[in-house]
Amino acid sequence: MNINATLFVQALSFAALIWFSVRFVWPMITDAMDERNRRIADGLAAAEAGKQALERSAQQSDEAIAQARGRATDILAQAEKRATQMIEEAKVSAKVEGDRLVAGAKAEVEQEVARAREVLRTQVAALAVAGAEQILKREVDAKVHADLIAAVQKQL
Amino acid sequence: MAAGQAPQNAGEYIAHHLTNLQVGEGFWTFHLDTILMGWFTGVIGLGAFYLVARRATAGVPGPVQGFIELIVEFIDDTVKGVFPGDRKFLAPLALTIFVWVFMMNLMDLLPIDWIATATGATGLHAWKAVPTTDLNTTFAMSLTIFLLTIFFSFKAKGAGGFVHELFTAPFGGNPLLWIPNLVLNLIEYLAKPVSLAMRLFGNMYAGELIFMLLGLLGTLAAVSTGGIMAGAAAGVLYWAWGVFHILIILLQAFIFMVLSCVYIAMAHEHH
Repeated sequence: MNINATLFVQALSFAALIWFSVRFVWPMITDAMDERNRRIADGLAAAEAGKQALERSAQQSDEAIAQARGRATDILAQAEKRATQMIEEAKVSAKVEGDRLVAGAKAEVEQEVARAREVLRTQVAALAVAGAEQILKREVDAKVHADLIAAVQKQL
Repeated sequence: MAAGQAPQNAGEYIAHHLTNLQVGEGFWTFHLDTILMGWFTGVIGLGAFYLVARRATAGVPGPVQGFIELIVEFIDDTVKGVFPGDRKFLAPLALTIFVWVFMMNLMDLLPIDWIATATGATGLHAWKAVPTTDLNTTFAMSLTIFLLTIFFSFKAKGAGGFVHELFTAPFGGNPLLWIPNLVLNLIEYLAKPVSLAMRLFGNMYAGELIFMLLGLLGTLAAVSTGGIMAGAAAGVLYWAWGVFHILIILLQAFIFMVLSCVYIAMAHEHH
């Protein structure tokens, strides 16, 4: 076997290659791989957190919608109640107003009737006096018997 | 073999392909082809990783980065299975072993006569393209692993603990057993780097040799008319062995990586 000094050279070459790998090649590659692993882990964690946030906000929006729906129903019921109430009130006030108008009209009619009656009475008295005057033209002096005529007038 | 030059005989052809480009004398001989191809494959292999790593993004990775990350993750998982502790050093060490050994083994898939022709054209008449078929490379790696094992043993147990373990494990602390313990431990310590180096070397050397034999069969086509059939058969077999060899080079790189990690992991264990 021809073992010779080549062995030393090869051993040194081997050592140099080992040093090169340990110092440069290996760390560079594994650093990149570790960094990627870290990034992937971070990304997965972020995705998980995002999913949870989404679930949470979906739950919140559901709650908000349910709440809004409840309030809308309340408001609707309240409005209906108010409308009925307003109609009732209007009915009552209309009736009151109508009664008042009717009463006013009645009073006016009565007044008119009284006035007509007064006029009639005066006219009837004047007619009676005129009749009596015709009959008693000579015997009755209107001036002398004025108090008598007034008494008759009053009795009508 | 130089370009266009038919082999004189089979022995010469094989011997030619098994010769390193050498500089120096005796022990102080340097196999230039092994060293340069080692640098070349190391720089290409880990350089590709470095280029991708430098522009590595933590965002969505492109196909190239995805492929690199696939390998890194596979190696990291393998190391994690063997060694539960801090992998800051062991994982990149495993990556280095896997990539470098694989790249060096991959040179085996280049057709040997093409390399010989190419290098022959530049005037170099010996060029072994696969550094892992050179014992110097495999032993350099396994001995480095061995030193790391010793280093981590000291680091994990301290010098006292290490020596204590040499004498008391695996049989126990009885003084009569000290010598057998020591002998067994020494054999174990010796066997690890030797087996590690020999396994890779043996597999790659044998694979290379088979390529050479098939290449030799192929060269018959050039020298005799009856050899054309043999040449065609050699082409098919060369291709088939190449496909099978893809599995072997991957497997050997993986085995070397895992065993290195196992040895270093064992160094951290207390008995």
